[in-house]
Amino acid sequence: MTDRTSYIIEGDTGDWEVVIGMEVHAQVATNSKLFSGAPTKFGADPNCNVSLVDAAMPGMLPVINRGCVEQAVRTGLGLNAKINLWSRFDRKNYFYPDLPQGYQISQFQYPIVGEGEIEVEAEDGYSFIVGIERLHLEQDAGKSIHDLDPNATYVDLNRSGVALMEIVSKPDIRSPGEAAAYLKKLRAIVVALGSSDGDMEKGNLRADVNVSVCKVGNYAKFKETGDFGFLGTRREIKNMNSFRFIQQAIEFEARDQVEKIERGDKVDQETILFDTTTGETRSMRSKEDAHDYRYFPDPDLLPLEIDQAWVDEIRASLPELPDQKKQRFMDDYGLKAYDAAVLAADYDKADYFEAVAKGRDGKMAVNWVANELFGRLNKEDLTIAESPVSAKHLGELLDLIKSGEISGKIAKTVFEKVWDGQGAPAAIVEKEGLKQVSDTGAIEKIVDDIIAANPAQVEQVQAQKAEGHAKPKALGWFVGQVMKASQGKANPQAVNEILKAKLDL
Amino acid sequence: MTDLTGLTLSDALDGLNSKAFSSEEITTAYVDAIEKANGALNAYILQTPEKAINMAKASDARRAKGEAGALEGAPLGIKDLFSTEGVRTTACSHILGEFTPPYESTVTANLWREGAVMLGKLNMDEFAMGSSNETSFYGNVINPWRRNDGGNADLTPGGSSGGSASAVAADLCLAATASDTGGSIRQPASFTGTVGIKPTYGRASRFGMVAFASSLDQAGPIAKTVKDAAIMLNVMCSHDEKDSTSLKVEQPDWTKAIGEPVKGMKIGVPKEYRVDGMPEDIEKLWQQGIDWLKAAGCEIVDVSLPHTKYALPAYYIVAPAEASSNLARYDGMRYGLRQAGDNLTDIYQNTRAEGFGAEVKRRLMIGTYVLSAGYYDAYYLKAQKVRTKILQDFQNVFEEVDALLTPTCPSAAFALGERMDDPISMYLNDVFTVTANLAGLPGISVPVATDHHGLPMGLQVIGKALDETACLRVAAQLEEAAQFKAKPANWWSA
Repeated sequence: MTDRTSYIIEGDTGDWEVVIGMEVHAQVATNSKLFSGAPTKFGADPNCNVSLVDAAMPGMLPVINRGCVEQAVRTGLGLNAKINLWSRFDRKNYFYPDLPQGYQISQFQYPIVGEGEIEVEAEDGYSFIVGIERLHLEQDAGKSIHDLDPNATYVDLNRSGVALMEIVSKPDIRSPGEAAAYLKKLRAIVVALGSSDGDMEKGNLRADVNVSVCKVGNYAKFKETGDFGFLGTRREIKNMNSFRFIQQAIEFEARDQVEKIERGDKVDQETILFDTTTGETRSMRSKEDAHDYRYFPDPDLLPLEIDQAWVDEIRASLPELPDQKKQRFMDDYGLKAYDAAVLAADYDKADYFEAVAKGRDGKMAVNWVANELFGRLNKEDLTIAESPVSAKHLGELLDLIKSGEISGKIAKTVFEKVWDGQGAPAAIVEKEGLKQVSDTGAIEKIVDDIIAANPAQVEQVQAQKAEGHAKPKALGWFVGQVMKASQGKANPQAVNEILKAKLDL
Repeated sequence: MTDLTGLTLSDALDGLNSKAFSSEEITTAYVDAIEKANGALNAYILQTPEKAINMAKASDARRAKGEAGALEGAPLGIKDLFSTEGVRTTACSHILGEFTPPYESTVTANLWREGAVMLGKLNMDEFAMGSSNETSFYGNVINPWRRNDGGNADLTPGGSSGGSASAVAADLCLAATASDTGGSIRQPASFTGTVGIKPTYGRASRFGMVAFASSLDQAGPIAKTVKDAAIMLNVMCSHDEKDSTSLKVEQPDWTKAIGEPVKGMKIGVPKEYRVDGMPEDIEKLWQQGIDWLKAAGCEIVDVSLPHTKYALPAYYIVAPAEASSNLARYDGMRYGLRQAGDNLTDIYQNTRAEGFGAEVKRRLMIGTYVLSAGYYDAYYLKAQKVRTKILQDFQNVFEEVDALLTPTCPSAAFALGERMDDPISMYLNDVFTVTANLAGLPGISVPVATDHHGLPMGLQVIGKALDETACLRVAAQLEEAAQFKAKPANWWSA
């Protein structure tokens, strides 16, 4: 494993480092909303998934959805976090047309999940720990649509009241790449748990990214003392739902902050947006609009009390998590930590790998799955689900190699043919006569012919042998000739042995 | 059959059961009475005579089939705070405009399920914020009672359930729904010579009740007698999955408490309720109540509720704070009033400026202020701590006594307009009643005497949590002892 890379911004006054914390909103996978029975199905016509509670009709009251609480607990357990048996819902008050109640019900002071931590694998082949500050449940708002009519704004309340989990990290993320890797890991965890579908395109997983910069060395002092004074002022990039844009936004924002500070300008704590067309961040609202949310406990709801027995029951029902899967892949299939982590982070890939590797050589399987198949899929921009080569066929191919029926080289040819839809590997090998020739009689005949036709090369081999070479270079030439004559089908091992015998090596 | 409207709910149900008269007959009598009286009293802001007659006919048909519910055929008035499906519901605020809910509150649904008939929607202070019914967008209600000084000044029926109290006192319904956040059932009952009970917080569902202050709001009836109040309470209360604060507890038949001897009960008399400058009439009334209960075999115990003096200030922080958030939904976006504006902020400001009355605005500002960053700890949090202390005070004395006896209000009904310019003196109306709301306890007001002006005054009985039975038992004893039969002279029927 490689060491953690430092992300350094070179400024005029010296080197700077970046400090990142993230607030990730994951839509809870449930059939109904956090406090109402309205459905959460995506893609319904505007204002069709709206109950009287979601529209904040007079006299309507919220009633907590037990399923959402269970998902929050599952997620908390998946983040190795403390589950708070007593938590509370607060109201966050502000006016906006897509917020019918005039307040969002959230957990401000007492979240359902407390501190935890996860291990994240960075692209560069190292892993790092990110502390989880908390996870809380809250309502999503509706959607304001400004572009249907130049003179009006439309409001769609389908999302209003949908349950979100807000997962807040500690400022433990140190580069744009790490930010993306953290989000990927988080996504893998919630998807594995089934607590969120993690669908970023639908906005079901989105991140607010807090970025600040400080002079190199200050972060270490912060970690030592816990004093936030060592860190710079953070700005929060809202609502990011693409790994690529998150990295771009952080890169821009960090550099921008360094330039600001070095110019003598102040970085104000504010929320900003990333403009994907210009690649720049910009201020979202001015200071005059700063909200005083007037948080207070929601008097319509009792404190949320759950019992340890239920938490234990949920813990017992958890599926295998990415880190556990990673460990198992290392133990059962002998994979390297990084390979195992990459596979375990994506359950579709992991399932595919397991289907191929089960009962076979794990290293051979990871080589074919990770290098050959994933490489090819990446090139063609296909997902694992769209792979033209099924796990069954790839497994069959590995069996053909293992049994010596085809060579590794021929296997690549067969793989291409399976990819092109020409059928199952065994059938292709059979039909096209690609089976390795292990029949020594047939190989001996070819060897004899070649030795007879090339006396000069035979002499060279003997000369090299006399010089004390255990494996004369010229032997390779003979092997190549035999393979060529057999159209690659001769078993290379058998060819070697026969040649050695005939050439008296 | 000219006097059907003068019957108590209990007697009317007996009459209906014995087929002495039909629901249609008694409902028609009420519809006519309202028609004649409402111009003078303004108790109803919406009369639903057609609906009433139809419901009465349907009730008679059910009764004929032998399917009579607990309130079968009884014509009732409904405070405009309760959502009634297909019938305009405004909480007497302009901001709700002509809002007509497509749903029914749980409390009223319980009434209809038991066969009750709706006469119409009753006037109230806007969003239940007021103690004189003068903050209603639909104008004030007038108390059927007048002082015997010959002045004929119009008096307040109290508030916020002024319409409910006035309608019951003037025989414009058999009983009425009401709600109580700081005394809004008990104070109007005291001002109008009627009985009003606020059950334990969580006994009655708040689903479909327009919210004022969620942690304090509680529905209850205003009725002509303690027994009538018990009959109403039996039906209004229920556990409701749609209200997270609804209590899942056993509900006794409260009518059984009526006439149950009080001998041996320990009744606490809290010294902190003896406030400076309390009118002599009130002092006398209280002492009379103590004497009656003593005579009935109760043991009277002097008790102390030391944090009582902080109750009113705490209430006027907690209630406006919750209201400021609860009323945020009235933004002109989805229903009710909407005033045009050049931009979003203008629409909000114009709508809310036009839609809310002065008292509501005052409380929204107080509530917003006490929840603001930097003030939260000093006001809201401290008020919540006071609330805990008040609850502990009650828990302490209830280890010793079965119920508490206090006056309901520091005065009898006052004249309209008398206190509108002085919010503090208006808020003082609630001084004896808010404690029960802050502690979530049941409280009942029962009329026992008239003051030197001939105006009714009530005594309050506060019980332990979930012990409405004790409240009703003691109140029934007071009712029996007082034999309060005075009725206002009918000057209002045109």
